Amino acid sequence: MKWTAANGPRRAGAAVLGLALTAGAANADEINPAVIYDLGGKFDRSFNQASHTGAERFREETGIAYRDFELQSDAQREQALRRFAEQGHNPVIVTGFAYGSAMEEIAPDFPDTNFVIIDMVVDLPNVRSVVFNEHEGSYLVGVLGAMASETGTLGFVGGMDIPLIRKFACGYVQGVMATNPDATVLQNMTGTTGAAWNDPVRGGELARAQIDQGADVIYHAAGGTGVGVLQAAADADVYGIGVDSNQNYMHPGNVLTSMLKRVDVAVYDAMMDVKEGEWTTGVVVLGLAEDGVGWALDEHNEDLITAEMREAVEEAERRIIAGEIEVHDYTTDGTCPVQ
Amino acid sequence: MSPALPRWADLALIPALNLALAFLAAGLVVVFIGEDPVQAVSVLIRGSLGSSYAIGFTLFYATTFVFTGLAVAIAFHAGLFNIGGEGQAILGGIGVALAALWLDTTHWLVVLPAAIVAAALFGAAWAAIPGILAATRGSHVVITTIMFNFIASALLVYLLVNVLRVPGAMSPETRRFAEGAHLPFMHTMLGHLGIGMARTPMNIASLLALLAALGTWVLIWRTRLGYEIRAFGHSEPAAVYAGISPVRIIVVVMLISGAMAACMALNVVLGYQQRLVLEFTAGAGFVGIAVALMGRSHPFGVVLAAILFGMLYQGGAELAFEMPAISRDMIVVIQALVILFTGALERMVRGPVERLFARRPARAAT
Repeated sequence: MKWTAANGPRRAGAAVLGLALTAGAANADEINPAVIYDLGGKFDRSFNQASHTGAERFREETGIAYRDFELQSDAQREQALRRFAEQGHNPVIVTGFAYGSAMEEIAPDFPDTNFVIIDMVVDLPNVRSVVFNEHEGSYLVGVLGAMASETGTLGFVGGMDIPLIRKFACGYVQGVMATNPDATVLQNMTGTTGAAWNDPVRGGELARAQIDQGADVIYHAAGGTGVGVLQAAADADVYGIGVDSNQNYMHPGNVLTSMLKRVDVAVYDAMMDVKEGEWTTGVVVLGLAEDGVGWALDEHNEDLITAEMREAVEEAERRIIAGEIEVHDYTTDGTCPVQ
Repeated sequence: MSPALPRWADLALIPALNLALAFLAAGLVVVFIGEDPVQAVSVLIRGSLGSSYAIGFTLFYATTFVFTGLAVAIAFHAGLFNIGGEGQAILGGIGVALAALWLDTTHWLVVLPAAIVAAALFGAAWAAIPGILAATRGSHVVITTIMFNFIASALLVYLLVNVLRVPGAMSPETRRFAEGAHLPFMHTMLGHLGIGMARTPMNIASLLALLAALGTWVLIWRTRLGYEIRAFGHSEPAAVYAGISPVRIIVVVMLISGAMAACMALNVVLGYQQRLVLEFTAGAGFVGIAVALMGRSHPFGVVLAAILFGMLYQGGAELAFEMPAISRDMIVVIQALVILFTGALERMVRGPVERLFARRPARAAT
């Protein structure tokens, strides 16, 4: 499946048809979507907000309302999933790898409900698992960062030291090293509890410490914590790199680019597919080739990206899609070839 | 404890008044965001007590809070403020998980005692270090225990990411325990007795929590050690004069407290999640402080307060489902108001009530 903006009009056209077809259909095809966000909350300006954006876009285009829920604690994952499934919501979308076990528990009890899990693979007949090639997108922003850096020292601030975040870091370092083999990448993780995804103060401190060590480009993969990273970078007049959503607007001129992870597209398409009766299950991998990840260029950063940088990153993009560059995925073997 | 008040007023009337005030204030907040407070309260009550499903969840949460609340309460009796329940619970979870992963091909009757011992040992060991430091070096347990929370959580992340994780899996968690380590759920146990109950995570650990509360009562009020703990808590110089060793009391109390906090993992890790995940404590160690304060450090009060907090957790979740305008932050506000009124502002009600009773000394004396 190709996930592009060009799909928009076709989908909108099909939507009308879909509505007519599903009006009298069985429960399984009825559209009544629900989204459950992860602990970061729906306005983390990052990962969870991207899912919110996708759901909002669906609501605006179709006029179909959806329900959503923000977790208070880890124990509520199964409860929320079961609750929405029992209420007849379809599809039920959860965002985050932490839902894996809850999904394995709940999905078999509701065979007629369509479930979507993002960032995790759950192998069940009524679950669509959407995973992203974050390492490819991180590689691209690494290329841009290495070219923008004058000191040759770059930074990375992650949320928690977990495999998913190491995947971001590893792709980023590979991109940096491919562009400037002499570069140094400073890496820090914010914390060891869930609070690490929502701790902008600590994010800012880590970014300042990296800036003191000479870093002049800092990429974050830390959810809400990243707000502090980008703020610190802007305060010191160096570059930050956003993640998941397009964060270029937050500090125009100081956010070099953002690594886009189109969670919004995954959420939107899942809702649309149920509505149109085009629902499929199984694993959907969204990489560069599928436009599932990428880098952001808009009016806020077009002055920062030189023609040379643009050429380099587009070349890298082309070669990754063509398979000429293989970006190593940390999660496949738990190691990273570069540091 | 004020002599001006009869016991029932101290144990029941004042908490009830505090609770009423808390709900009044919370109701005002709900009005403020343009929702119907009566509906909100009724959703909260119905969502936490209105069905066997709701009660199951409420008591599941309450079980966790009984363990962490008792942990804090025991330390209170010795005048120690153990706010490291969170870290001790994390260590307890590691102990429970190791026992379960090792023995899960046997039977839960084997796994449960092993898990209890492992949790208690790990939790006690974690509390022992701040205890020994406090007893011998005079470092304050408030500072050391809270620092140990962070160390515990770093240890948990390290173990789950690097040691215990299923190879190749994205999620930092252990493998699921095999069938042999699954504790019986309350709905299956009641099912055998012919009583129908909805599927909830409530499990046999709830009965252990009641036993723990009973055991705590016996320990504090019916044993020599309990007497020494209380004497030490009331006055250290007097205790020393009576020949009680402060070092021994501090260390022993911290060991018991840590072991008690760790036992919450029996409910959450062994009873419900059946695997060890990050963040499984979900702040229960801190809720335990509020539970102990509200329960006046009495095991019976702790059980009641834990049920109230279980209601707030479960009812709060229902509130967020039923009334989307009330976001999770609002629910935290409502929970915080209850803690504020029952814990911190407790004296506000106590003064007027004491004066009221003082005016009628004859009746109060009977």
